[in-house]
Amino acid sequence: MKQYIIRRSSYSLLSLFLLSLTIFFFVRVTGDPATLLVEPGASAADIAAIHQRFGLDKPLWTQYGLFVWSLFQGDLGQSFYYQTPVFELYLDRLPNSLLLAFVAMSLSLLIGIPAGIMASVQVGRFWDGFGKLFTLLGQSLPSFLVGLVLILVFSVYLGWLPSSGAGTPLHLIMPAFALGWYFAASHMRLTRSSMLEVLGSEYIKLARLKGLPQSMIIAKHAFKNALIPVLTLAGINVVVMVNVAVVVETVFAWPGIGRLLYEGITFRDFPIVQGVVIMGGGMIVIVNLVIDILYAIIDPRIRLES
Amino acid sequence: MTGAPLLELDKLSTHYVSAQGSRVVRAVDEVTLSIHAGETLGIVGESGSGKSTLALTILRVLPPAARIVSGRMMFEGEDLVTKSDEEMRHVRGKRIAMILQDPMASLNPLFTIGDQVSEPIRVHEGESRAKAWTRARELLKAVRIPSPETRLTQYPHEMSGGMRQRIVGAIGIACEPRLLIADEPTTSLDLTIQAQYLKLLGDLQKAHGLALIFITHNLGIVAKMCDQLAVMYAGRVVESGPVSQIFNRPAHPYTRALLNSIPVMGDPDKRLTAIDGQPPDMSTMPPGCSFAPRCTSVMPRCREAEPPPFVVGEGRISRCWLAEPATGGAELRVAGGVA
Repeated sequence: MKQYIIRRSSYSLLSLFLLSLTIFFFVRVTGDPATLLVEPGASAADIAAIHQRFGLDKPLWTQYGLFVWSLFQGDLGQSFYYQTPVFELYLDRLPNSLLLAFVAMSLSLLIGIPAGIMASVQVGRFWDGFGKLFTLLGQSLPSFLVGLVLILVFSVYLGWLPSSGAGTPLHLIMPAFALGWYFAASHMRLTRSSMLEVLGSEYIKLARLKGLPQSMIIAKHAFKNALIPVLTLAGINVVVMVNVAVVVETVFAWPGIGRLLYEGITFRDFPIVQGVVIMGGGMIVIVNLVIDILYAIIDPRIRLES
Repeated sequence: MTGAPLLELDKLSTHYVSAQGSRVVRAVDEVTLSIHAGETLGIVGESGSGKSTLALTILRVLPPAARIVSGRMMFEGEDLVTKSDEEMRHVRGKRIAMILQDPMASLNPLFTIGDQVSEPIRVHEGESRAKAWTRARELLKAVRIPSPETRLTQYPHEMSGGMRQRIVGAIGIACEPRLLIADEPTTSLDLTIQAQYLKLLGDLQKAHGLALIFITHNLGIVAKMCDQLAVMYAGRVVESGPVSQIFNRPAHPYTRALLNSIPVMGDPDKRLTAIDGQPPDMSTMPPGCSFAPRCTSVMPRCREAEPPPFVVGEGRISRCWLAEPATGGAELRVAGGVA
């Protein structure tokens, strides 16, 4: 078991290392940040001064070494543009992202779980077909398109909801829906298949044989069992949500982490891009590591394989 | 046995129909059987012969692809086939109960034993939670579970297979049904526990005057437990009648073959005889008798025409041309089945 955890953790470190390497070189492919930080027509000397100030004049490998070294010290670096530590910016935006993720997650569960149950009870009939359409659209429509259509309808034509920014509950509705639809679809699919599996089980057969009403069989005996995998997925999805909200936060100008990343990319603010990506990647790697270890604790067969 | 039977199946057929309707499996085909109060009826047959489908048909808890296509099921004077779903729900668990074969899978892992045992009492008799739990405790005592008080608040995973199967038994008798159907209830239990469980079922039957339908492929259990026997092959009852008579003088070649395939202890010279061949593919049944391809006494006409149920003794029938009465071969059907 100990060996398994050590091995699994070293894989995690390796993925983080590869991630840091990739993101470090990829941001540098986008161009020279100095040209965006100086006034148009600035002299070569000015640009060189900026290069020197941000350490961009050093050889790439030295820059990378410094980046990793400060990472180990818990330092994500300083933003070129804001002139403040990236970690501070990150923490600043985190509550907004968590709020959006929380609302979108609640929405996705409130829609996905009942819809999944309906579909499983009605396999092959109307609600199942409707649910299939809902998941197909939810999982295939890009969220920027959903966002733009929502803005067009509810802000431009109807004028009911604000198209951008944050501050009131009204601001949350459209971004939460645009972000939550994809997850509602995935929660619905899992609820449906998990319900179908449970409904085929022997204990549901026994519940039927006991003469329980259908509503009680579904709501009590089947639902509680079917919920376990859905909640596991939802837990992982919260982390995924915080990190994939880039597009939605950009479309609705929602001041979260995704928007911070977007700003970092447009301004070629390397430390911000690196920091946000490393934080997101780190979260996902840690969640996966914890899940893998938990599985190994629960299922002895996984332990034996290692 | 005198008086009207408790349950009387009359040419009952249940078919599985594939989604396109192109494949039809006659899982239960024109089954005629009956059972009286207090009696034990054994149903034996190979896997896939339709035993479990027959049981689920009686309770009308069939998978969506299965349909009762014809026949009647008279239970205490009412036809269960024509009852509405809601009426049927009041029969299940209350008047007819069933014990499933896998004790490890038939209890819900997320609810306590007390909750699951008291559930039918609360649903069918409208008892309060407290009263239903008190009765659940009595039921656990009746199925000989030690310290029932603590067991009530425990979960299925905290119990052994034998104990769980006894709990499933307790759920079965919770509302004092008239008929209990046990579908291979001891298959997954080890031998000593099996014997205990069978004794328990026998005791419960006596105490409550239950009629018991015992589905099994273990002929030893049939010999010990049952009064009547029905042998199923490919969805049909090929022979039925009193157990002692069938064991002493089986009329159908399939029954004979089954009896010959029981190992006999202390007789090392007797070789086990297996039945050659496989049961037929139920969606493409050959014409004539479905056992003909494997039968050792097969005659040409067996492959042409299907034998009707012939009366071969008091309350006994056999679906075999060999049982055809010599006098002109008139087809004799029995209205009351094995009664």
